[in-house]
Amino acid sequence: MFEIRIHGRGGQGAVTAAELLSVAAFLDGREAQAFPSFGSERMGAPVASFCRISEEPIRVREPVTTPDAVIVIDATLLHHVDVFGGLSPDGYVLINSARGLIDLGLSELTERHPVGNVIALGATDLARKHIGRPLPNICLLGAFAALTGTITLASLEAAVRDRFRADIAEANVNAARAAYEAVGMVSHA
Amino acid sequence: MRSQIEGSRAIAETVARCRPQVVPAYPITPQTHIVEAVGAMVKDGRLEGCEFITVESEFAAMSAAIGASAAGARTYTATASQGLLYMTEALFNAAGLGLPIVMTVANRAIGAPINIWNDQSDAMSQRDCGWIQLYAEDNQAAVGLHAIAFRLAERLSVPVMVCVDGFVLTHAFEPVELPEQSTVDSFLPPFRPRQLLTPYDPVTIGAMVGPEAFTEVRYLAHHQMMRAIDEFGVLAGAYARATGYELSAVSGYHVEDARTVVVALGSVAGTIKDTVDEAASPVGVVTLGLYRPFPAAEVRRMLAGADHVIVVERAFAPGMGGIVSADVRAALASLPGRPARISTVVAGLGGRAVTKASISRMLADAHTGKLGELSFLDLRNDVVERELATGRSR
Repeated sequence: MFEIRIHGRGGQGAVTAAELLSVAAFLDGREAQAFPSFGSERMGAPVASFCRISEEPIRVREPVTTPDAVIVIDATLLHHVDVFGGLSPDGYVLINSARGLIDLGLSELTERHPVGNVIALGATDLARKHIGRPLPNICLLGAFAALTGTITLASLEAAVRDRFRADIAEANVNAARAAYEAVGMVSHA
Repeated sequence: MRSQIEGSRAIAETVARCRPQVVPAYPITPQTHIVEAVGAMVKDGRLEGCEFITVESEFAAMSAAIGASAAGARTYTATASQGLLYMTEALFNAAGLGLPIVMTVANRAIGAPINIWNDQSDAMSQRDCGWIQLYAEDNQAAVGLHAIAFRLAERLSVPVMVCVDGFVLTHAFEPVELPEQSTVDSFLPPFRPRQLLTPYDPVTIGAMVGPEAFTEVRYLAHHQMMRAIDEFGVLAGAYARATGYELSAVSGYHVEDARTVVVALGSVAGTIKDTVDEAASPVGVVTLGLYRPFPAAEVRRMLAGADHVIVVERAFAPGMGGIVSADVRAALASLPGRPARISTVVAGLGGRAVTKASISRMLADAHTGKLGELSFLDLRNDVVERELATGRSR
């Protein structure tokens, strides 16, 4: 079982991101479950969402407390919420920020995890470029696909196209692809 | 074909395939996605021949549902929490009039203090309103229970509540296989009302009944409701043959070789099953898909070999303790020999997560004899002791 926790603020698409992750994993032929941290529906308030991906049917319903991967949509949460709580020692971290990991004060975290598992990506800028709006959630899923290999980019694209109107879907797919390529280049450097 | 969809969407799609003719509804968290989706299907024409009535309250929703059902329409609505309480008077009337309305309850806590998160206090508070109550363990079960609910309600002329844990199931994306329209059509024939309220052949329904017959009316309502135990089994069998998905009034998980058995309703069963799989000694799980009428004989059969029965309750009767526990205790009373110990564990009130770690601790306490008659899972003792010490709870 691979468990993902997504941190964001209300309105940033953390819940949608977890749902799309689960759809992409399902399209890849896996079992998947996504759910929000129940009820946090206020704009701007810290929210979390969860996704489990497994080869077996998933029965457990508890929130993800020991994630294999953490996605942080809003880096301002880093010093307010225990976003890395329970993170697996060989887990992945993806942070939406144009700043470097050292600048974010994450050099210790980066050193504790396998090389290349902790990355920061300026997904909001990529979203502005491709979508025209600062909505980085789907863009980050493209980066997540490249970082972890847990979902395929093709399934992510299919999940996005199934969810949104054609023009919105296309813009988000482009943003996700750009992020996928950007992370691919980093990890192969 | 399975698809990865939200629980609310799965429920709405299933309800649409059951072809309701009238849906009066009022939105409330966490039910909203369900009625929004049904409303959208009425508007875009996918749900043909259905009138969606936006009303000003839940009391109006159930009142309109009563009128529509009495006039011969297959009628559906959904609510939660305070909305269900606001319907209370009409709920009893729907049952008393024998109207086969189907309603989803997206289970949520009741205030005060206000709380929008999941527990089962809402449905449990209406335990005795005369509606059949079904509880879904996951979204696949929620789909099947809704199809069965319409058939069951119409066969018996008794309204049915399908209880689905709010957020935990309604907002969860997981794989669900929806039954084909043709499958639902063969399983669920068009609604033929037992009695029709029509201006062309006027009758009075719900007239006053005095002391000479009121007891008999209640007796007959109970008799009719008790038929739902067998009827549910028959319909679940037919549904399984049509779709491949099994549903049970009472389902057992590893109960055969277990001296300790956990009883639960709803989505918490999945977490409990995963936990007992990793337990040191064998522990069984019994899940109630049907709670009213109470399938006492089947519960007794499932729990006959247990020394210790732990009832995990997502609701609470202040001044008494467990709600389901009382039913389980009554069901086991007629078993010969030394009675099983029954522990009530109140868990997950107001959305507190019921975790595998908490269930493991509960099972460990049970194993060492430390689990008492009534306890609250993960109770913050420091908080309650501080409050008790300051005397604020006097």
